Amino acid sequence: MNVYVITEHLNGSISDHTFELLGKAKQLAGGDSVTALLAGHGAEGLASQLGAASKVLYADHPNLENFNPQSYCKAYSQMLKDRMPGLVLVPYSSMGMDLASGLSVSLDVPVLAYAQDVNAGGGKITVVSQLYGGKINVESEVDGDSCIAAVLAGVFSADEGKADGSPEVEQVSVDGLDDLQVKFKRLIEPEGGDVDITQAEVLVSVGRGIQSDENLSIAEELAAKLGGAVSASRPIVDNKWLPKTRQVGKSGLKVKPKVYIALGISGAPEHIEGMKDSELIIAINTDPNAPIFDYANYGVTEDLFDVVPALTEKL
Amino acid sequence: MNIIVPLRQVPDLVEELEIESGGKDLDREWLKFKVNEFDDHALEEALCFKEDHGGQVIAIALDANDADKALYAAAAKGADRVIKITGNFEGQVASRTAAKAMANVIAQLEWNMVFAGVQAVDERDGQVGVLLAHFLGVPHVSVVTGVSNNGGTLEIHKEYGGGIIAEFEVAPPVVLGIQAARQTPRYVPVAKVRRAMRSTDLEEMDAGDVSVNVGSQVTRMYKPEAGGRAEMLEGSAEEVAAKLAEIIRSKV
Repeated sequence: MNVYVITEHLNGSISDHTFELLGKAKQLAGGDSVTALLAGHGAEGLASQLGAASKVLYADHPNLENFNPQSYCKAYSQMLKDRMPGLVLVPYSSMGMDLASGLSVSLDVPVLAYAQDVNAGGGKITVVSQLYGGKINVESEVDGDSCIAAVLAGVFSADEGKADGSPEVEQVSVDGLDDLQVKFKRLIEPEGGDVDITQAEVLVSVGRGIQSDENLSIAEELAAKLGGAVSASRPIVDNKWLPKTRQVGKSGLKVKPKVYIALGISGAPEHIEGMKDSELIIAINTDPNAPIFDYANYGVTEDLFDVVPALTEKL
Repeated sequence: MNIIVPLRQVPDLVEELEIESGGKDLDREWLKFKVNEFDDHALEEALCFKEDHGGQVIAIALDANDADKALYAAAAKGADRVIKITGNFEGQVASRTAAKAMANVIAQLEWNMVFAGVQAVDERDGQVGVLLAHFLGVPHVSVVTGVSNNGGTLEIHKEYGGGIIAEFEVAPPVVLGIQAARQTPRYVPVAKVRRAMRSTDLEEMDAGDVSVNVGSQVTRMYKPEAGGRAEMLEGSAEEVAAKLAEIIRSKV
């Protein structure tokens, strides 16, 4: 099976997520080819890091210099349209979210999202998706012989896909990129000044179960006792109860503290991605089926509003 | 500018999810539904945008899983029109089918922007917002955390990992996949929703031809290995706290 991997890059570096997909692609391709797709402007040099692929298709245009949902969709669609059937692996990331479903329509190829596993044995493509916040796995079988799989980060090893080398680079000319409704303006780096949660040895992390911003104080008191910091899952930050700098997970930060205490966090795949490498994980959640318990070392289903103040007092 | 907000009802994950005996769908008999949390943010952002710049907010929903409730709540929050898309939407509706139905209806409305929730927990076959944009033939930007209006051109913030933001300038029409509104989605008391149920004209529009090729079949649904490696600590809050204190103290 011919396998294609969309290369994700930002500020001149290729994401680990891309290497994870390249590693998986090598395994899926069997004897067939693994092709990395690269779009950029003067970015051909990145191909030297894509040694895991047998070939790199490269599209160059000033409007591909930075990721742009409109120009990148157009470019990848043109790069792929005469190359189907095949299996296209797309990182299920912020950029990949703008590509996978769109390519599915423009190429008329099925898409499967939230993929945590992809198989292509016997010429049949099957994909396992993590749905319902990680509570249910759904296995799908593709009808035809082509598929776009939007794959979650961290499910395959990046090491398998990291190889220097000089794969053959084929320039692909793409058109229709001059006149765009979507124009890239700039990248805004996160503001410093707040606590750096990636440096904390202890994180007390709050999720939806904390219920209201007034209850944050119990997490702050516990963190203060342990000399740690308070971090959060996405809903807390989306509700503006804590600043973005405190967010752990896919669209936030990756953390590896000595102790990670998850309060009222269910453990959606996007959150797990950011904290699963912590040395010791303690989860307090009243839902015994919360996926966070699959990653925690110790779990508690007692009410966090009873346990946390008692714990702060005992420490 | 007129903003369309598609609202989707998804299973409430606070409740236990069961799989039906055939093993290919959720057991839908007791499922409790709620509005997709990102759609709530999309509606909030649309209402804030309207409050600043005028125009209409039009909420739409497929006729499935208690959609009336979601639409009346949207009206109570300030949506100008609420439209139920009628058709055959039994069981799990594929993203592609939902997007096609929405596109058919939106094509008949006067609109400038669609604010869709960036993702939903049941989108097996792709993100509805992006699929919708492609059916409508307009561009899209996903994972949007900021929308502002510069004299008809939009300044959009898209979020990457690590808190990095990409800023785009966008000329409508466009579909935006909203990650977070500028403020916490507003709460609407039940009494106000009840009033909206009496005073709101809930419009109905036919989905039209929704034949699309999803191109895959569900072969199996299962719960991931439960309780993987956490050692569960039992006892009263006091007892559990004492055990935790010991465990944490051994580490730091």
